[in-house]
Amino acid sequence: MKPISEAIDPNPKAGSLFQKSGLRFRPSLPRNLWNAVMTTLVAIAAGVAVLPLVLVLAFVLIKGGQLISLKLFTELPPAPGMGGGGIGNAVIGTVLVTGIAALLAVPVGIGGGIYLAEFAQGGRVARALKVFVRFGTNVLSGVPSIICGVFIYALIVKTRLLFGQSYSGIAGGMALAVLMLPTIIKTTDEGLKLVPDELRWGAIGVGASKFTTVMKITLPAAFTPIATGVVLGIARAAGETAPLIFTALFSNYWPWPETILSGDTGLLERLSQLKDPLLNPVASMSVLIFNFASTPYPELQSLAWAASFILVIMILGANLLARWLGRFAAR
Amino acid sequence: MTASVNQQPFRNRRRPLSERMLDQGFRLLVTALACSVGIILLWILRIIVKESLPAIGVFGLSFLTKSAWDPVSNDYGAFTAIYGTLVSSLLALAIAVPLGVGTAIFITENLIPRRISSLLGLMVELLAAIPSVVLGLWAIFVMEPAIRPILTWLHTTLGWLPLFDTEPQGPGMAPAILILVVMILPIITAISRDALQQVPGELRQAAYGIGTTRWGAICHVILPAAISGIMGGVMLSLGRAMGETMAVTMIIGNSNNFSLSLLAPGNTIASMIANQFGEADGSQVSSLMYASLVLMLLTLIVNILAQWIVRKLSLRYQ
Repeated sequence: MKPISEAIDPNPKAGSLFQKSGLRFRPSLPRNLWNAVMTTLVAIAAGVAVLPLVLVLAFVLIKGGQLISLKLFTELPPAPGMGGGGIGNAVIGTVLVTGIAALLAVPVGIGGGIYLAEFAQGGRVARALKVFVRFGTNVLSGVPSIICGVFIYALIVKTRLLFGQSYSGIAGGMALAVLMLPTIIKTTDEGLKLVPDELRWGAIGVGASKFTTVMKITLPAAFTPIATGVVLGIARAAGETAPLIFTALFSNYWPWPETILSGDTGLLERLSQLKDPLLNPVASMSVLIFNFASTPYPELQSLAWAASFILVIMILGANLLARWLGRFAAR
Repeated sequence: MTASVNQQPFRNRRRPLSERMLDQGFRLLVTALACSVGIILLWILRIIVKESLPAIGVFGLSFLTKSAWDPVSNDYGAFTAIYGTLVSSLLALAIAVPLGVGTAIFITENLIPRRISSLLGLMVELLAAIPSVVLGLWAIFVMEPAIRPILTWLHTTLGWLPLFDTEPQGPGMAPAILILVVMILPIITAISRDALQQVPGELRQAAYGIGTTRWGAICHVILPAAISGIMGGVMLSLGRAMGETMAVTMIIGNSNNFSLSLLAPGNTIASMIANQFGEADGSQVSSLMYASLVLMLLTLIVNILAQWIVRKLSLRYQ
């Protein structure tokens, strides 16, 4: 590959094969002009493609970064028109709702991936089931996120299925879980397929059952790609807004009453308050950005920028972590 | 343990019942978990069809061609939103495909040192990770004010075209299209890059060997070989653009008045749902569900088409 690309290099360096060959490079030939024009065009395209990232990051880091302080994490959003305040409830809410989603989607997704990679062989039924699951995964990953929100709204919020509660943290988590599920199934399936079959044969050869083979041999061997996929899936879900606006809604208050830490109520009652955000509307950073960006109040708008800063740092951090994890394991 | 193994004839050995039960149970469990994906998908369809039945009964197919949206007299039609969805996603695609494929070529075809190209690739992929609501915030406060002079210039010079015959006043179709471009560019670039990288090196070498230039090889050999992957990526990003909600909702202006002008506020199905669902009740909810059904079917068709194209167009190399 290398000598060939050098041989056709339009800017031959001294000593390259091209110069030794005695051929001459004429830049004015139509084909060479075409080459130069097209190369310039794709270079411009690449510049234009990267520009938005640079601009978005610059604005989020500068506009949001100015506002970062401890107060941001310890205070509630102010009333419209008032200054100060923070987004503490939204930070906790995002972690909470995304956590619920991960709790629901990760076991189901990894189980589905295990089925596709380890069990879906053999008879006609198994093959048909495999096609069904593959097709379902692909199509579900293309379903718009707002549809996930509408689905959970109609299924749980409107019918008050959860203990008579309408909007709730669990509903929000379920909507995000529907969104995460295909990603996790796909990465688990692909990660397990990378495990060499010799490992499976070896495990079966020494008498391990299928359960032991999967749990003790193939799953640990595929840990890194699966973990990478799970981290990326969670990061993507943390920034999603559309599934949350009709499910978790928003709340201007802390997920738990402040008395839960130091109240004079009994311990049992305070423990039972732990479930409050699961069954009540929960704030999240993404919905906060959406709500506050459309208000005319500059204070609320700047809180939206601060929330963007925290969200972007969290998500890009998770992405870089996942990437590093992948490269670390490849070594 | 070894002693007992040696004493028993091999053929008589069976796994203990508990182990067999565990194995069977595990198999059943993962099978059930795997099926849940398909079941959820069917369930989504069922719920949305069920909820939209009242609106389907009242409006029928005329829902798709009417642009009325009147909660007072309960008269609904989604034409403006369907038109907005198709126009915004197709125009965004028209801008993003050349940019994305060009970027992918720039990254993969040895035009620049590998280190820079992998950095460029990383940056484009990180762009895909930025939440759409953050892009919407950026679009409202940074992008739209920045491009408004350009849009105003378009209106004053090309205002005789119906596409530009309204004065830009902030949110509108054009900024929404641009933010959609930003959102789907990383998808197209990443998938095109993968497709280009999978073209076997022998094809390149053969092309160079018979004396073509770099761009001769790209246009006549490498791109045709990678076309299935690229087309699949384009279709996937079309599906993504049609379903994209937050950034578009924040910048499109959410108007149900039909206008051909790209500078006027408009609507997409997704932005209409996001914007009205919270306050809707009665037949409006049902109409929004009907609109969701239309959106779901549109993206379903596009995604299935994407998979079909990849399978149909892919050339096989040994």
